[in-house]
This record gives sequence, C-alpha cells and structure tokens, in this order.
Amino acid sequence: MQIIESPKVYDAIIVGSGAGGGMAAKVLSEAGLNIAVVEAGPFFDPADPKTRTQLRWPYESPRRGANSVRDFGDFDMAYGGWDIKGEPYTTTEGTEFMWFRSRMLGGRTNHWGRISLRFGPDDFHRKDFDGLGDNWPITYEEIKPYYDKLDKLIGVFGSKEQLHNDPDGFFLPPPKPRLHDLYYIKAARKLGITVIPSRLSILTKRINDDRGVCFYCGQCSRSCFAYADFSSGSCLIFPAQKAGGQIDLFTNCMVSKVTVDAEGKATGVAYINKEDRRLYELKGKVVVLAASACSTARILLNSKSSQHPNGLGNSSNVVGKYLHDSTGASRMAFIPALMNRKLYNEDGVGGMHVYSPWWLDNKKLDFARGYHIEIWGGLGMPSYGFGMGNTTIQEFLGEEVGGYGNQLRKDVKRFYGAILGFGGRGECIAREDNYCELDPEQVDEYGIPVLRFNYSFSDQERNQARHMHQTFEEIFDTLDAHVFGDTPTREQNYGLNKPGEIIHEVGTTRMGNDPRSSVCNKYQQLHDVDNVFIADAGPFVSQADKNCTWTIMALSMRTSEYIVEQLKKQNI
Amino acid sequence: MNRRETIKTLLIGSLASGAVISGCKAPETVIVKEEEATGYGRTPEEQEVDRKLMTEEFLNATELATIATLCDIILPASPTAGSAVEAGVPEFIAFIVKDIPRHQLVVRGGLMWLDSEAISRFNKDFNTCTEEERLAIVDDIAYPKNARPEMEYGARFFSTMRNLVLTGYYTSKMGIEDLGYVGNQPNVWDGVPKEVLEKHGLAYEEEWLAKCVDQSQRNTTAEWDEEGNLLT
Repeated sequence: MQIIESPKVYDAIIVGSGAGGGMAAKVLSEAGLNIAVVEAGPFFDPADPKTRTQLRWPYESPRRGANSVRDFGDFDMAYGGWDIKGEPYTTTEGTEFMWFRSRMLGGRTNHWGRISLRFGPDDFHRKDFDGLGDNWPITYEEIKPYYDKLDKLIGVFGSKEQLHNDPDGFFLPPPKPRLHDLYYIKAARKLGITVIPSRLSILTKRINDDRGVCFYCGQCSRSCFAYADFSSGSCLIFPAQKAGGQIDLFTNCMVSKVTVDAEGKATGVAYINKEDRRLYELKGKVVVLAASACSTARILLNSKSSQHPNGLGNSSNVVGKYLHDSTGASRMAFIPALMNRKLYNEDGVGGMHVYSPWWLDNKKLDFARGYHIEIWGGLGMPSYGFGMGNTTIQEFLGEEVGGYGNQLRKDVKRFYGAILGFGGRGECIAREDNYCELDPEQVDEYGIPVLRFNYSFSDQERNQARHMHQTFEEIFDTLDAHVFGDTPTREQNYGLNKPGEIIHEVGTTRMGNDPRSSVCNKYQQLHDVDNVFIADAGPFVSQADKNCTWTIMALSMRTSEYIVEQLKKQNI
Repeated sequence: MNRRETIKTLLIGSLASGAVISGCKAPETVIVKEEEATGYGRTPEEQEVDRKLMTEEFLNATELATIATLCDIILPASPTAGSAVEAGVPEFIAFIVKDIPRHQLVVRGGLMWLDSEAISRFNKDFNTCTEEERLAIVDDIAYPKNARPEMEYGARFFSTMRNLVLTGYYTSKMGIEDLGYVGNQPNVWDGVPKEVLEKHGLAYEEEWLAKCVDQSQRNTTAEWDEEGNLLT
C-alpha cells in the first residue's frame, strides 16, 4: 500500500476536535496560522436537522429512547460510546476500565453535562496538604486570566460566592431553582452542606450574535441547534471558520502516529481515512494532540521510531501512567412531599440548577480529597423506563403492590416528579500504577494497537464513596424520603462507579518541570520533542473535585497562545 | 444542509421573538427551517439497525393478540384517554422485545404460562376466555406480594408486562397528554409558580433570587466590569 502524502505543509495539525482541539483550532487560526483539524468521526453540526434529536418526542423512536443503540439513549448526541465496533480496548486481569469515546466533530462536548467549574487555588498543589500525588507546575494565578477569557468567550452561568477553592468568574446569571432544588436547598442547609447556583456553560443571556439564548428545553445532552450551550463545533470551530480562519477539516480520519524526521522532530501525522481505508500523511510544523487523554497516549506510544524507541515523548516512561477518572456514586429517592404535583413546564436548563461544591475539611475524614454533589429531579419528559419503578414506590408507601386498570393511571400521576437523585463526583488520587498501555497482542480494524487498561481503586476512593452515600442518606432522611436500594457495602466498593465510567479520564501525559517524571512541560509541550503539544486532559497532574472540561479549555488556550508566540520567535 | 443558512434562520427566529418576556408561560419562537428530515436524527448505521429490526419478526400474530388483550386489561380506556391498544402499545412491545432481547424469553414464556394456566382452569387459551375468566387469572398474578407460590412465575411475567405497558403508554403521544407533561418546547423558565410554592410551604429567598437571571434582559448582550460583575 502506498502512503498518500499531501504536498501542503500546515503551520499546525490538530488531532481531535473536542474541547481541547476546538480551542486550539480557534486560537491558532485566529493568529493567522494555516491549520488542519483531524477528527476520527464524521462532520457534525448541532443545527443540522438531519441529525437533530433536540425537541424530538420519545415516540419518534421505536424504542422510545432506550439505550440499546446509543449508550445514553437514542436522543443523546454521542456517536460511539463504551464500545465501538472494530475499535476495542482491553484490561489487565482483575482490573476494570470503561472508556467512552465520541467519534464526531466536537467529540464529547456535544453531549456533556456543561458543568463548567474552574479548579481552585488549592487544586494545583494538593500534595502540600496531604502528601499524596504531585503538585502541578503551575498555579491558579497563572491560569486565572485564561479562565476569565474563557468565561466571556463561551459563556457560563453561575454566581459570585467568594468561596476560596471554587473561584468566581465572569458569570451569566443562573436560572431560578426548580421545586426539587428548593427541597434540596432546605435539607442541605439544615445539615450544614453548602449549596449554591450551579455553573454550566449554557447561555441564559445573549453573549454575541452568532449564538442563540437558552430556551429551556432541558436537553443539552442532545446538543443545541440554537448554539445556546457549549459544544466545540458550534462555539469554537464554526466561528473560527466564519471569521475567515484557514482551517481544513479532515473528518473520519483516524490518526495512527506522529511522524518524525531524522533528528526526531515531528513532521506531521499519519492517518487512515475510514472511508477508503487508505493510509495518508499530513505535514505540519507543529502537531497538537487533543484526541482525549487516552487516545493521545495511544498515539504517542504507537509513534515508535529509532529516534524515539519507547514511543514519542516517552523517555520518562510516564506516557499512559497516572490515568485517573473522577470518583462517582449515585443514589435516588422518592419524596412523599412531592406527590400529586401540579404540572407545569419545568424542563429548565439541560442540567442541574443548584449544586453543592465540596464543603468539608479532609483533616477530620478518612479520605484525602473532596467531591461535589449534583442534583436531579423534576417533571421530566418520559422515556423508556418510565413507570417501571412504581411498584417499589407502592411498597414504600405501604400500599398494595402491583395491580392493573385505571388505578395505575392514578399512581403514575401521583408519583410523577417525586424522585430526587444525587450524583457525587470527586477526586481520585493519581497513581503511577493506574495506567493505559498498548496491548501487546491486539490491533483495531485500522491496524493500530489497541489500549490495555490497568486501573484499581484504593481506600481513598472507597472511603470517599462511603461518605457520599452517608451524606445522601442524611439529606434524604431530612426530607423524609424513601431511598431506592440498600447502602452499598465494602464488597461493592461502597457504590463507586467503575473506573472510567464518569468519563473524566485525565493524567496520561502529565505535565511537570522534571523531564524524568513527566511527559510535557507546563506549556504542555513534550519535553522530548519541542514541536509537539498536548491540548486535552492528558497533561493534568490531578483531577480536583471539579469536572475537567473548563480547565482543558483554559489550558488549551494558554498552550495555543504559547505556540503562536514560539512560532513568531522561530523557537520551534 | 447549508450550515450558515441554518444559523441565519435561527438568529432571525430568536431575535424576532419579543424582548419583553415575563413569566414562564411566554414561549420564545425558535424557527428552524427544516428540510425534509427523515427519521429522528439517525446516522446511516443506526437507520440500518432500525430497518433490520422492523423487518424481523419475533412475536407471532397469536402472541400479539394476547399481548393486546393484556394491554387493555392493564390500561383500559379512561373517561379522558384512550387505552393502551389505542396508544399503539402492542406495536411498541413487538419492537422492544426485538431491540432488547432479554425481554424475549420472559414475554414468550410468560404468554405460554398464561395459556397453560387458562387451559388448566378453563380448558381454553387465555385469549378465548371470557373477560371474567381472564380477570380471575389476572387477579392471581397482578399483586406479586400476595401471589400464591404456584402463581409466582405468572406474577413475574405480569410485572414485566405492566412495566412495558406503562412505559409504552406514557411515552406515546396519547400517554404524554394523559400524564400532562407540558415541556419539550421552547419556554422561558422563570421560577416555580407562586401557588405551587405556597402549597409546598416554600419561598424563594431574596438573596438567591437577586443572583438569578432577569428574563426581560435575556436578549441583551452580556457585559461585565473588570471584577466580573454583570453590567447588563
């Protein structure tokens, strides 16, 4: 097979079009660079009626939105999921990992929860507090200007709260709490749990003329056709194109490796076009990897050459290591006080209206790091599964369980909107022995070695999950609620979600000042190869009890500005 | 699809809507110029999955006839809404057992259990029983906590059927109307209605409300001072 080379030499080639890649595309193209964006999935525009799922009804789907085709249901805007045909991954014996991939322009930003939290000042040097993991080589003060710019560029609602480790930003005003939120606020306050308006990148107010304003359908997971929520295509890539940016989009193109010259410097990337299944090469002065933490590690590890025998940027042997995902545990309950509700449209924004940032001091606890609580509930649109919990509720209420006939209609109406659910999302300690590597035996259908994961939890995470469930139960008790399911036991890891399941995987190409213990420097430039940068969550040293997207974008913006500066100075 | 054209249409749509919006009942019109869009936003691969499932047959006509009978026992017509059969629930069940194969054995085996029970009691299939005879069996399996030991498998089947009928019905157009869900349309959320707050003995705090969006200013472009205080 012949490699098809493009004669064009790009100023920069960006691999991946999600949060990090989209931001790099915007910043680099606005600086006048000629760039290529290479995405493994198809083109996607939330405004395209052919692919739109927003405002569709459950009965438009023959399976009523069940998750037999898309992992989060028919209307969720993610092409790909936990398992992609022809592109498997494996785990070492006795360990688990779940890897969610969205193969589409914009990647996972098309369906994500829009929870847009800055890391706080403490989050960049946690080791100083508890001796675990490592400190970042950067501080909050260095990143703050980028978070500020990001807030204004993308739009995020929230409120100024003057909380030390949950810094305020340039917020749009938050939506008013819904009924279940008010119940939560009351209960949380009684227990001394902080509760504030949530911080989501959804436009409750206009920020420019290219994007619409939220019309409260509660469906951000379906990707907004009015561009009122953040997704990388609608908010970064399309505006950059519209502004005249020189951006060539290569979709359905799966990058296999970074190519290098005799001196070991990057010359571009090799990719397989999924449509004709042929191998191509693109030439670029700079390569920005933003394929997601694990995909980027995979590309680096697969880019072995005589110049880089251990994989590109891997002289430290750290690529793939320190992989960590947020911890997660969830619970839901039936709230009798919310029975027999008067009905009105309370779809709200696509996500929570209020939340609890971490409120405790770990010195008094048997685990090191914090978590936040996400809240859900309300008069949502029915989809597959609706009504299936009713017998459990009848049991809670001491009523006759089961039945048939029009009594069932009454129950459906009595119970509708009376469920409250919590998700705890916390920080997992980054460890060298949690990693991904190339599987020595398997390749995917494009001939690229697949990833093999090795991940286990420690008591830090287990005890945190136990605390989450204790907290959830205390809140539910305050509300005289009936909690679904039993308190998870130690054998059940206290209800921890599986590694990877929260879809916040970070840390595989961590940054640091010492090239022996980190993959890239504080500008996310490979220590080993100065014209290769990483703009996804790989460079994270630690996760924080925050979602990672806002920090991915702030850091990608900073890295991209650094690239422009270095190119101008002809340093790379 | 021309992307710019879509955006333009969207902008006109949202700009044309009134700048003065109060209460949560004033919907904002978002106009989307929709070219003939097929399906419900499927990729070509997903369309193929649906097409294949649609052409396959799992439940046969006899089984579906019994399912239809059960559907209308579980959710008959009410004075204000149609029955499960009228809402198309048998068609949904015919599809979902193909889509989620773990239902297949439960449903097929359960139908056989039901016929066996009817034959042993009345010497005929469930579906050819009189209404009274059918209900005699259903009463024995519709309340899982009280089911006699010999009725346990039937009770499990009936619980599955109840779940499928409830889900199928309340995700249908008719069911959603019967439920009274009024969302899935453009709206301006401006808080819980006053009478609902009163009923629940709740109130918004002034301090919290002061942070929240003023919906009359939602179309005014945001501007901040250097400290991040919203000016507009």
